[in-house]
Order: sequence, then structure tokens, then C-alpha cells
Amino acid sequence: MTKEADQSVVDPFAAALEVIDVKGRSPWEDAWHRLLKNRAAVYSSFIMAAMFLMVVFGPMLISWEPDFTDWDYTSSPPSLASGHWFGTDAVGRDILVRTLTGGRISLMVGLVATLVSLVIGVSYGATAGYFGGTADRIMMRIVDIIYALPFMFFIILLMVVFGRHILLIFVAIGAINWLDMARIVRGQTLSLKNTEFVEAAKACGVSDWDIIRRHITPNLLGVVIVYVTLTIPQVILVESFLSFLGLGVQEPMSSWGALVSDGAQDMESAPWTLIVPSVFLTVTLYCFNYIGDGLRDALDPKDHF
Amino acid sequence: MALLEIRDLDVGFDTPEGEVHAVNRLNFSIEAGVILGLVGESGSGKTQSVMGILGLLAENGHVSGQALFKGEDLLQMNASELNQHRGTEIAMIFQDPMTSLNPYLRLDRQMIEVVMHHRGMKKAAAIAKAIAMLRAVNIPDPERIIRQYPHELSGGMRQKVMVAMGLLSEPELLIADEPTAALDVTVKVQITHLMSTLREKTNAAIILISHDLGMVAGICDRMLVMYAGEAVECGSVEQIYYDPKHPYTQGLLNSVPRLDRPDDSGLEAIPGNPPNLLSLPVGCKFRDRCPKAFDACSEKPPMQVDEDKHAYRCFLGAPS
Amino acid sequence: MRVQDLAVHYKLREGGLLGSKMHTIKAVDGVSFDLDAGETLGVVGESGCGKSTLARALLALVKPSRGRVLWFGEDLNKLDDEDLRKKRLDMQIVFQDPLAALNPRMTVRNIIAEPLWTFFPKIARVQVDERVRGVMKMVGLLPNQINRYPHEFSAGQCQRIGIARALVLNPKLVICDEPVSALDVSIQAQIVNLLKDLQKKLNLSLVFIAHDLSVVKHISDRVMVMYLGRAMELSKRNRLYKQPLHPYTSALIKAVPVPDPKLARAASDSGLTGDMPSPLNPPSGCVFHSRCPFLIKRCKLEVPALRRMENGDWVACHRAEELDLTIGKSG
Repeated sequence: MTKEADQSVVDPFAAALEVIDVKGRSPWEDAWHRLLKNRAAVYSSFIMAAMFLMVVFGPMLISWEPDFTDWDYTSSPPSLASGHWFGTDAVGRDILVRTLTGGRISLMVGLVATLVSLVIGVSYGATAGYFGGTADRIMMRIVDIIYALPFMFFIILLMVVFGRHILLIFVAIGAINWLDMARIVRGQTLSLKNTEFVEAAKACGVSDWDIIRRHITPNLLGVVIVYVTLTIPQVILVESFLSFLGLGVQEPMSSWGALVSDGAQDMESAPWTLIVPSVFLTVTLYCFNYIGDGLRDALDPKDHF
Repeated sequence: MALLEIRDLDVGFDTPEGEVHAVNRLNFSIEAGVILGLVGESGSGKTQSVMGILGLLAENGHVSGQALFKGEDLLQMNASELNQHRGTEIAMIFQDPMTSLNPYLRLDRQMIEVVMHHRGMKKAAAIAKAIAMLRAVNIPDPERIIRQYPHELSGGMRQKVMVAMGLLSEPELLIADEPTAALDVTVKVQITHLMSTLREKTNAAIILISHDLGMVAGICDRMLVMYAGEAVECGSVEQIYYDPKHPYTQGLLNSVPRLDRPDDSGLEAIPGNPPNLLSLPVGCKFRDRCPKAFDACSEKPPMQVDEDKHAYRCFLGAPS
Repeated sequence: MRVQDLAVHYKLREGGLLGSKMHTIKAVDGVSFDLDAGETLGVVGESGCGKSTLARALLALVKPSRGRVLWFGEDLNKLDDEDLRKKRLDMQIVFQDPLAALNPRMTVRNIIAEPLWTFFPKIARVQVDERVRGVMKMVGLLPNQINRYPHEFSAGQCQRIGIARALVLNPKLVICDEPVSALDVSIQAQIVNLLKDLQKKLNLSLVFIAHDLSVVKHISDRVMVMYLGRAMELSKRNRLYKQPLHPYTSALIKAVPVPDPKLARAASDSGLTGDMPSPLNPPSGCVFHSRCPFLIKRCKLEVPALRRMENGDWVACHRAEELDLTIGKSG
């Protein structure tokens, strides 16, 4: 059968079906379905959702203030009777409410610092990757140099010089983390630049800006989303480490790291002061990692970006 | 006794979208010294059937049926038993030399690995044999080449090295999966010559998987045409090229561009696309694209065999 | 279109600890031809012969190191960016890998419509829709598939989408870079037939690049054979396959296996010896001399120019007049 016969078979069908357009299934939809099948990721998402709700609304519902010192119950273990469900610390502050408000800080740092590194990293990396040549070489050498700096030392320096303002912590951590994001985005941009569909766009005279907007960015999103989800726990951990060292948020604000630091000191006499914030911290880290892994599998690179 | 006899081979894969039937009830046999061409397009199941036989399926794959190699069923063997046959009596050449050769190992190490392990050869002897084999596949300066890494060679050379590796253990059965796919025409000719020579010298049997009908015509004795996981026609090469009985085979032969046909003749294409292996149609799987389909084709067509052992799976010409 | 002595050289720096060496890869080195409206030029050659680079040079996607590409008399590489962009309306390209040529996150509608938006930014949605559906029908796709994504189609259908995209602007020239190499045999036939039909209907000029001589035979008016970046022969289709002028062409023709057992087994030796030399280090004089069965001293020393023979065909060989390479004659 030649193409003539082909066409005559197709035409009447085409006419009849012209009214009904078939709905397409975008790669995002496919990825979403794959993600839903990943039980660890789904459970983790529910847990994180619950965590967010608790952290935001919990302290409003609990009768204790985070800095209220309850002299009747200093260092008392968790009990329903005392009203302090997760116990109190050495000064009588309710552990639960402190952990939840501390959670607000930790999660906020996680999100904001990640956002900072996202914005800087993606624009830097995509520009370097797309325009290539000397600009790319220079930009990447800068990244290499900054990478080589001992960043902890840097942050500590910043803290000492500028004080321990919370905004500074956001920016400092974000400013360090963008490096990885930039490298990943640059690598992905490079490989996207050489694909045939970008070449096809160039052959049609599509402008550079439109190519970046229409072809490069949507295909970068997959990698970026995964990386962002995996950066958040990293950032929270960094903040916790700083707080543990005593360089993080200042009193009366607290974060999980600071709480863990305090709790470590009373570890033997009042273990719940250490255990409770540690558990919250660990669960959060695990959940984000599972979600990140799930996203990576769902947006599987084998399936074209 | 046939060297390899396949009975009712089924290969399937578990995927999130359902069960993919890659191969359905495949039957064929091959004797020593025969070159069998396994022909089909993508999705026909030709590669997966062989992977199934050799126990090389992906994790979500399963295989059933019988694969009798010199009387022993390969499918019933565990990994270590299979290993005794794979690499020694049965050798396989894969399609893409770039991914089949370990980029981190020098060629000499890769080549002698199998021979030393299975035949217990000493290193010096194994290397000497490898060099001799490289020379046999027309690689110039083999003493130097063998000490190089895969990426230092061109595509054609790499494939020749793959062939040499396959022949090194003097297999009784060589399975070549599209051995000349990405290669230039001139290299293709060299590789096919090599396989012929192997058969002449050692009486090895060769299963050549290919969609290149020209190459198959030049070197194969018998041919098996596959479509959507099933064998649709089987016979000697002459029978199939000069007297194709199955409409798919006929369509395939008509759609191949040939240098010896008049220039202006259009290529006759088979309309439509191969079926989705997740949901195979009932009855004849070629029905939707067949110019000669009729009502009976909604049932499963029988495999007809004539006196010259030319078999095809179709209702046409069947005694009613 | 007229191409004059086109060359594209890439510089490769090979660095060592004590200083680096500059290598020049002459991907394309001396290609000339004319192309008329409605004509199909087949370009054939093995890997490394430079055909893909040639395709990109014809569209001014890479800058030539030498020579000119003239489109209706204008040198493409002398135009400024805006003028060049306008010319792209008339010249389009179809790629080898059907799926990789389509942005996986765009619907078929958007993929095919993109050229329209680029050149007519103010165009109405309705008009875009109409045109896209029209062009989909022309290439044999059902218009109701317009909202689907590339991964939902087979390879053959993806290639049709690629062709639709190339045609949506009504170009005069379509360059097909190995458009059927990645497809199954029966689908190849469909696409080749489609291209032939479209060419007739739309009076397109095609440059059809392939490594398979037999595919090219069915669609070309003239065929150009390339080797290591140079054009070896440029002849009318009918003559090339019966009486090639260049030894390389003759060898290629003899090396193609015919799907006919008796003929395939009786096939004579192609006469080609040795391996393809590396493009980094091409042979001196005629680049084919290291494998040519008709070698004489002159071939090693002097590069043969692409010259016109009496019958209107072109060949780059010192011995073109004396050799009789008629297919079917032994020797």
C-alpha cells in the first residue's frame, strides 16, 4: 500500500474526529503518577505537611509560652499531669512549645536560604552554560575559587563581624550553597544546548532569549526541583550545626540546633531535652531526603531530562 | 540433534503499565554449521528472545519454555551452570561496542578474561591467542592495539575487537545482535566475511540478528522473520526472499530500497505502526496492517509448513 | 542555492605538559554544487565524511572557514543577523533522531507552531491552529493528536512531526540530515515516500543526506558522494548508479548488500582496502589515495579538483577520463 491509500484511510477519520482533540499526557503528569507510586515519598510528604501545620499552629494552641519559665516543674520529664507533654528544660521551659517554635526557625532558614541559593545558582549556572566560551570559563573558575574557601570559617567570620542577625544567617548559608546549584544547572544547560531540538529552534531563527525561556528552562526544572528538595535538609543541618556551636540564632529565638545543643548539656539528667528536638530534626531530614529521592526517580533522567 | 532447540519460548516484562509480552511461544532450532538470520523490526522480540535464552534479561523480565543446548535446558540452569556455557560454547556479540567494552580496562585484560577463566589458559598463551585473533579480524598492528583502551579505537575497530572476543573461545554457537549496526558499509562487509570464515573453519552455528535484509541475504542459510513477538515465517533464505508467503515478509521485502530495481519505482511501505506490546490484539497480530486480511484473521492463525520446511503463520493458502 | 568551495575547519588543541599542539580537523574541505528549485540532491558518505557539518554549514549554523554559500545570489555569511534570520524562513532542516529533535515538554501544537510565532509574532491563535492542523494532515498525522507530547508517539510519527515543523513556514529548501537512519525499514519507506510526495506537491528543493546509497537512489535527482570532507563525485542519479565516475563511488555501490541471496553471494569484492583514515591526519594529495585500487603517483602528490565532465557530471579524480567503472563489468 502506498501513501495514497494511507491518506484516503486517514481523511474520513480525520474529518470525523476533527472535533474531538485527544488530551495529551505531559511528561510532568507521567512524573506525578510515578511519584504517587513511591510510598516513602508520599508518606514523607504527609509527615512534612503535618510538621508544617504543627510548627505554624502548634504554639498557638499550647498554653505555654516558649520563654515562660515554670518554676514548679524545672527539668521535669514528660507527663500528662504536669501539662508539659514533652517535659521541661533546666529552666522550666516547655520542651514541646520550644521545639515547635524552634522548628519555625529551622524550617524557615531551610526554605529561605534554599531560595537564595536557587535564584543565584540557577541564573549564574544557566548563563554560564548557555553562553559558554570565555564567560563560562571565567564564571566557573570563580565558582572553583569560592568552593575552595573554608566556608564554615567564612560564616563564622561573617557572624563575628556583623553580629548574629537572623537575616544574615539566611543570606550567608544561601550564598554558600548556590555553588553546587550553579554547577548542576550549568552542566544541564550545556547538555541541553547541544540537543537537536535546540538546534532546530536555532535553525528557525528563534532568539536566544526565547530558546532559554521555552526550551532550556522547562527541561531544567526537573533537575532543579530535585536538587532544591535535597538542599533544604542540607541547609537545615548547616544552621543546626552553627547553632550547636553557639553561632546561630540568638536567644530568645531558638532553633532545633540550639535546642539540641542545650539538650546535650543536660543529656544525662534530662534526656528528653535532647531527644525531642533531635527526633523532630531527624524526621524532617529523612522526610525531605525521601521526597527528594522520590522526585528524582519520578523525573528520571533516563526519560530525557 | 540440533545444537540449539527453542520450544515455546515466552518472554515478558513487568512494568508499571502492565505486562509487556515481548516474545510469544517462539519455536526454532539451529544445527551446527548453519547461519540463521533472525529478522524483524523494533518491538519484534528478536533481541529479547536471545537475551531470555542466555539469562540476560533485565530484573523485571521473566522467561519460560525450553532452550535446549546440546540437550540441556539453559532456562533451568542457575547462574554458575549457565556461566560454564556462556563465554565458552556460546558467545554473544552485542550491538553497541561503546557500551559493551569496559572503558576502564585495557583491551588485553578484557579479552583474556574469559579465556583464562573458563579454559584455564595461562596469561601469556591467552594474550598470544588474542593477538592472533585480532590479526584474523584484520586489525593492523595487533600487538600495539591490544594494549590500548576502547576509546582510543574507532567504532569499526571496536566492533572488530568485539567479534574477536566472541571468537576467542571458539564457540560452537555465536549469537551476533546487529553486529554491524552503526558501521560503515565497508566495515560491514569485513565483519560478515569474518563470520563466514568462522563457520567454514570451525563449523560453528551463528544466529545473526539483524534488520538489514541485504546482509542477511548475503550470509545466512536460514531465516526467521519475527513480528510483535512471534515467528511469522521461517525457511531457507532462498525460500523467503524468492517466495515469501506471509504478507508481512512480503511487505518488508517490498519496502527495502534496492540498487538493482528501476530508479523511479516508489518504495512500497507497510502502512501503520507495529502494535503496542502492552495490549496485543487477539488473533493475527499483523491484521491491522495487512493488505490481505479477511474475517478469519480475528482468530489466531495456524503455523503452516510445506514439504520444504518453509513455515509461515497465516490463514492464506490454508486448507479450509 | 550555490555552494562554492565550502570548507569548515575546526581547531583542536592537544595540550601536553610542555606546550600544546594545534590540530585542524577539516570536517568539510572543498565542496561545491548548485541546487535548483524542485530538485533533490542526495549526499552520501560514510561516517566522518562531513555530511552533517555540511548540512549545518548550508544553513549558516556554523561559520565556514573558506568558500561561500549563496542563496539566490546572496552570501549567507555576509548578511547581518536580522537579514539572516529572515532568510531562515526559506530554509529548514529535519534531523536524524526523531525524538531528540522535539522538546519533550512541548505539545505537538507548540512544537510545530514555534516557527510561526518566531516569524509572525502577532499571528492569531486561530490562524496558528488552522495552519498546524493543516500541516499535520499533510504529513499523515491525525490533527486531533495536536495536544499530545512527543513521547506518546512512535519514532516514525515523531519524524513526521519534525517534517511538519520544517514545512509550516512553506520553505523553499529542506535539508534532511539522515532522516530515516534511525527508523525501522518499513517506516523508512513510509517517510521516504512522504518526502517524495511533499516535494512534488510543494515544489521543494531537498538536500537528502544519508549513508545508505540505496535509500538515496529512490529520492534523488542528483547524488553527491563525499569522502573525508571532500566531494568526490556529483552526478545525475541514473548515471551514478550505472557508470560511476569515481573509484570510491564504485566501491560503495559494490559494497551495498542487495537483498537477494543469489546476487548477494555472487557479489564481487568492492575493491576497497584498509580503513578510513582519521580526519585529523588526512592523506596527502587525493584523500582517497590510501585506499584506491587505481592509484598512480600523481594521486599522492596532487589534490584533484572537482571538475566538470562532458556529460555534465562532476568528479574529483585524476584518472576520471581513463577509468571505466561501469557496474556489472568485472575489474
